Amino acid sequence: MDAGLLGQYVVNGAMLGMMYALVALGFTLFFGVLDVIQFAHGDVVTAGAFAGLATALALSAAGVRSDAALLVAVALAAILSMAALGVALARALVLPLRSAPPLNVLLVTLMAGTVLRECIRLFFPNGSQPHRFPALLPSGAFVLGGLTLRHDNLLMLGAGVLLVVGMHLLIRRTRLGLAIRAVAQDEETARTMGIDFERIVLVTFAIGSGLAAVAGTMHGLYYNEVNFGSGLLLGVIGFSAAIIGGLGNIYGAILGGFVFAALQTLGAAALPFASAYKDVFAFAVVIVLMTIRPTGLIGERVSERV
Amino acid sequence: MTPAAAPAANASSRPPAAAAIALAAAVAALAFTFLHAESQAAVGWIAASSVAAVLAAARLGALRWASRGALARERTTSVALAAGLAALVLAFHDDHFTLLLLARVLLVATACLGLHVQFGMAGVVNFAGAAFFGIGSYTAAVLAGRTSVPHVAVLAAAGALAALVGSVLLLPLLRTRGHYAALITIAFGIGFRTFLEVNDALGGPQGLNVAGFSLLGFSFNENWTVRGVEVSFYVAYVALAFLLLGGAFAVVRRLETSWIGLALDAVRLDETAAASFGVRVPRWKIGAFTLGNFVTGVAGALSAMMTGYIAPNAFTFQESLVFVSIVLLGGIGNAWGLLLATFLVVVVPEKLQAIQEYRFLLFASLVVLVLVFRPSGLVPRALRRRFGEAP
Repeated sequence: MDAGLLGQYVVNGAMLGMMYALVALGFTLFFGVLDVIQFAHGDVVTAGAFAGLATALALSAAGVRSDAALLVAVALAAILSMAALGVALARALVLPLRSAPPLNVLLVTLMAGTVLRECIRLFFPNGSQPHRFPALLPSGAFVLGGLTLRHDNLLMLGAGVLLVVGMHLLIRRTRLGLAIRAVAQDEETARTMGIDFERIVLVTFAIGSGLAAVAGTMHGLYYNEVNFGSGLLLGVIGFSAAIIGGLGNIYGAILGGFVFAALQTLGAAALPFASAYKDVFAFAVVIVLMTIRPTGLIGERVSERV
Repeated sequence: MTPAAAPAANASSRPPAAAAIALAAAVAALAFTFLHAESQAAVGWIAASSVAAVLAAARLGALRWASRGALARERTTSVALAAGLAALVLAFHDDHFTLLLLARVLLVATACLGLHVQFGMAGVVNFAGAAFFGIGSYTAAVLAGRTSVPHVAVLAAAGALAALVGSVLLLPLLRTRGHYAALITIAFGIGFRTFLEVNDALGGPQGLNVAGFSLLGFSFNENWTVRGVEVSFYVAYVALAFLLLGGAFAVVRRLETSWIGLALDAVRLDETAAASFGVRVPRWKIGAFTLGNFVTGVAGALSAMMTGYIAPNAFTFQESLVFVSIVLLGGIGNAWGLLLATFLVVVVPEKLQAIQEYRFLLFASLVVLVLVFRPSGLVPRALRRRFGEAP
């Protein structure tokens, strides 16, 4: 395999990994503060992409021609609407069910995800068909030997890296991040220290869902297409990534996202006779990984309280 | 529970068998009117008025009386329900569609009984029910289409293969807990479906045709005539599906009321406590998971042979969620509630064509509402009775 092709695989894998990492970050943040899995998250990603698409269509119809202006509007609309959706889901479903068995929360959010997905399919105009996502990023490319680096991919990767670094700074360096970490570590102690628990939870859901909207927009821009059903697989992949990394650990989620993308890329590249099996391969490896390290690569520390 | 152990003093306070029979008769009558209705308006009215009737009966205490009576005399209830089903089959003897629906209810209920053993009894989550159903279906397609294995053996082989494939997940499931274990079954279910789609040997996305069931030279796929009356071939399938469901149901109820059920309860409620009291947690989890997959696989095999055609689209994660919703709506761990939930989930959208398009949306919303407002399901599981004690 020549270096150009190899480079291409690396770039594609990195793009996928970035999207997965952004989705996984949401899962891990929610698990951190509330010890729950918010499984509608994958469909929040799709809903974000559709919110962006609707904004782009509306603004184009209103006569906005500048791609940059459209991009900013699309990103803002997607992030804000999904942050609101995340807060609403947390308020309506996750917080009231906290004291129920953890699997009930998993189920209720899975079903909420189905509701979201079906709503897009049934109520978005022509929602059951794939929709073309407008190409809002510059379309040129650098050519280095056999390797083609498209501008839009580089821009998206850069944006992703900025977001990840921003998340790191937010969690480690700000008062809000301190509060989130405190709530994640021990809810009751955090409360006694004067932290408004519910507010922190809702803010965390807003942040996580905003990240999902970014991932959804990236997904749309990368594939030039959005589909109502893609959220399910994205959600499962993001969840797998968060779990491979170790739930509750944001660095684990980022690592897990890239590991999953690497597995898929490896599956596609190394099984040339059967690249269609790449997802089967990736999920099989996830199951094996979990058998070897039941609480993830950067493990959540588990102790039995009897 | 056993009649011999029931103290004589309690016998007089046992609700009369009339309660069980009344409940079964009401259920059969309701099912008949619902299945018989043709126009959408009629179906809608019947659905609405039966909801009202059930609410009224609950308000008046009739529901409580009947269900307590039915549970106290499970054998009478089973016989009465079987008689009700027979009456339905007799009434619809030449109506292919209705009989197909009935058979489908019975098979889906059987598959969900498998999940019930895993999820409701042992607490082992399985979000890949449709995948195990699919393993059974594909086994039936291959064995019945390409070999001359007798079809009864095909059913058993389908169950065995589902259990065998499931055993790949045993080690991961035993090593993980909660969300991590849930992910393993989800990943398996999605991986399985993708595998079917990209695989050429098993027909890929187009799927496979499946030969109909036949027993000792009697083909289930031919209509028969009894004294000049044409009888739909689905009657045979309903009968066979009923046998499967009855067998599975009897086994599950026996397990539940036995010391095995007690051990499984302990494992589900608190693994650590169970282990410290000497209950072998891995053994029970393995047993429940394997038995559940076997039952689901057998149901999948007969379902494939009945419909004559299978494709990967029938075994999606979405379908697995429908199975889980049935178990949950029935009141996790309540086998009787499960039958009711299956009927609702399978039949209502088929009859109410108006909501067919919205069916996933409605189920999902319904499950969300149930989980928020009635977390123990439509028919909550009753407390375990002490052995030999009347309810």
